[in-house]
Amino acid sequence: MNEVDGTAVRMVQDPTQTIPAEATKPEMKVQLRTEGVNFYYGKYQALHGIDLDVYRHKITALIGPSGCGKSTFLRTLNRICETISHTRVEGKILLDGEDVMELDVTSLRRRVGMVFQRPNPFPKSIFDNVAYGARINGLHRQKRIRDIVEESLVRAALFEEVKDKLQQSALALSGGQQQRLCIARALAVNPEVLLLDEPCSALDPIATAKIEELLFVLKDTCTMVMVTHNMQQAARTAEYTGFFLLGRLIEFDKTDTIFRNPSKKETEDYITGRFG
Amino acid sequence: MATSQAVVRPANRFFRRVREGNEIAYTITVICAASILLVTVLLVFQLWNNSGIARHKFGWSFIGSQTWDPVNEDFGALPLAFGTLVSSALALLIAVPSGLMAAIFLAELAPPKASDVLTFLIELLAAVPSVIYGLLGIFLLVPILKDHVVPVLKSTLGWLPIFSGPFYGYSMLAAGLVLAIMIIPFIVSVSREVLLAVPVEQREAALGLGATRWEATWQIVIPYASRGIYGSIFLALARALGETMAVTMVIGNNPKIAMSLLAPGYSIAAVIANEFSEASSAMHAASLTELGLVLFAITVIINGAARLMMLTTAEHAK
Repeated sequence: MNEVDGTAVRMVQDPTQTIPAEATKPEMKVQLRTEGVNFYYGKYQALHGIDLDVYRHKITALIGPSGCGKSTFLRTLNRICETISHTRVEGKILLDGEDVMELDVTSLRRRVGMVFQRPNPFPKSIFDNVAYGARINGLHRQKRIRDIVEESLVRAALFEEVKDKLQQSALALSGGQQQRLCIARALAVNPEVLLLDEPCSALDPIATAKIEELLFVLKDTCTMVMVTHNMQQAARTAEYTGFFLLGRLIEFDKTDTIFRNPSKKETEDYITGRFG
Repeated sequence: MATSQAVVRPANRFFRRVREGNEIAYTITVICAASILLVTVLLVFQLWNNSGIARHKFGWSFIGSQTWDPVNEDFGALPLAFGTLVSSALALLIAVPSGLMAAIFLAELAPPKASDVLTFLIELLAAVPSVIYGLLGIFLLVPILKDHVVPVLKSTLGWLPIFSGPFYGYSMLAAGLVLAIMIIPFIVSVSREVLLAVPVEQREAALGLGATRWEATWQIVIPYASRGIYGSIFLALARALGETMAVTMVIGNNPKIAMSLLAPGYSIAAVIANEFSEASSAMHAASLTELGLVLFAITVIINGAARLMMLTTAEHAK
């Protein structure tokens, strides 16, 4: 659990140095790689041979029209897709070179956290929401749990707003606060990768701006994969963008390239608003 | 709506007809709703009225008295209220854990098709007439208790007062068990429904944090569904308190308060059913009616307490 302290230190140091996106630092390593991922709901094939690299401490956005498979793909990465019966994944998903199918599913999900489309806090207090992850990971010392809760709320830029009402119900918070609470809850288990499934689609523009700001800071300690319907959001926040269409990854490149100079016609049609 | 009304003339008349229809429907539904209230009032009034002479003679001591003696016309409700409460409590003690576990299995773990089939069978059990359960108690449960269960209980836990004394089969224990079997279907089917109604996002939130399936169920899904689960338990309790036929057939029909669950007992509903048609005197009939009043009061108090408890837990969750 010293890792927690480690990341905290790193977080303090990093903002001083602005890393150019092209820099060939150790952080440029691939953290999550998929090779030929197919996904089936029963007989229906929802994903066709997805090859995608997610770079460490970068934000990767997945865009595409509704039903194109981007959320499905995201849900294969932490194997939460397995909760739906009659589904099947083929291909390889590698987390730091390890096949996720061979990892224990609970430890995989601790390393690859998830934030959902609609804020889904538990009907418990703010404190207990954030503490939940730490507790199921076997932490029982009150002091340690308090530290983790506070640190996670700080990282999720929520602490100042809730520090005087940690024992109140999480359901009393606004939608934007609830979503930041869900991010704090995910951060409390100190994941290496954070999957975000349209995290702002249920929020107003101000709450959305706050979350985007937060993602920008979190990048220093966490790799993020974000599904979004909002192309401006992808352009604003992500270094890399993948465009999905009909279950296929049409194009994957630096966000700049995707938006300014896409190589595929479908991508261009979509981002210029010709369909979707 | 407005435009279609303006364009097509006959529509106007049609809408007026519907409005009149509304008033007719309103009147009919109000009458139906009011009649429910009327029935309740009449019920209490009748119980109160017809128990007059018993209430006069025994006063409040009716509730505290331990004798029920039709021959000497000395009547008290305590042993019967005791039998009703103890048999129902015993039933809950058995039915709540097992019913809840079954509901968890059906809602969370079983493959959906198997779950549907099993749930259908369980709901069918809820529709079986209680007299059949009484027969089940007599022919199956009592012999099993007598030959297999009670000897083991006596040799291991015989030192407990609740398992002391001789066992003849018909007993509080048998009544509690039959009641448990009868109310489990209620608990299972209602609890399953409320577990299935828990938003999938709650489950995924827990699983996404690295919870095992069991942790997600036990720590997140069940607390979320707890109000509905309490509801199913109170529904079951109400049924147990008022159950007449099956209890009469196995409880032993002896109006004595005994510490031991192995001893025979009696319940309010059972004594009314057994004795009312051949009540020897006006006092006997009036006392039985007053027992009905006591049973009514017990159910009102328990349901009221349940409502109150659910209200306070709701506030806590918010």
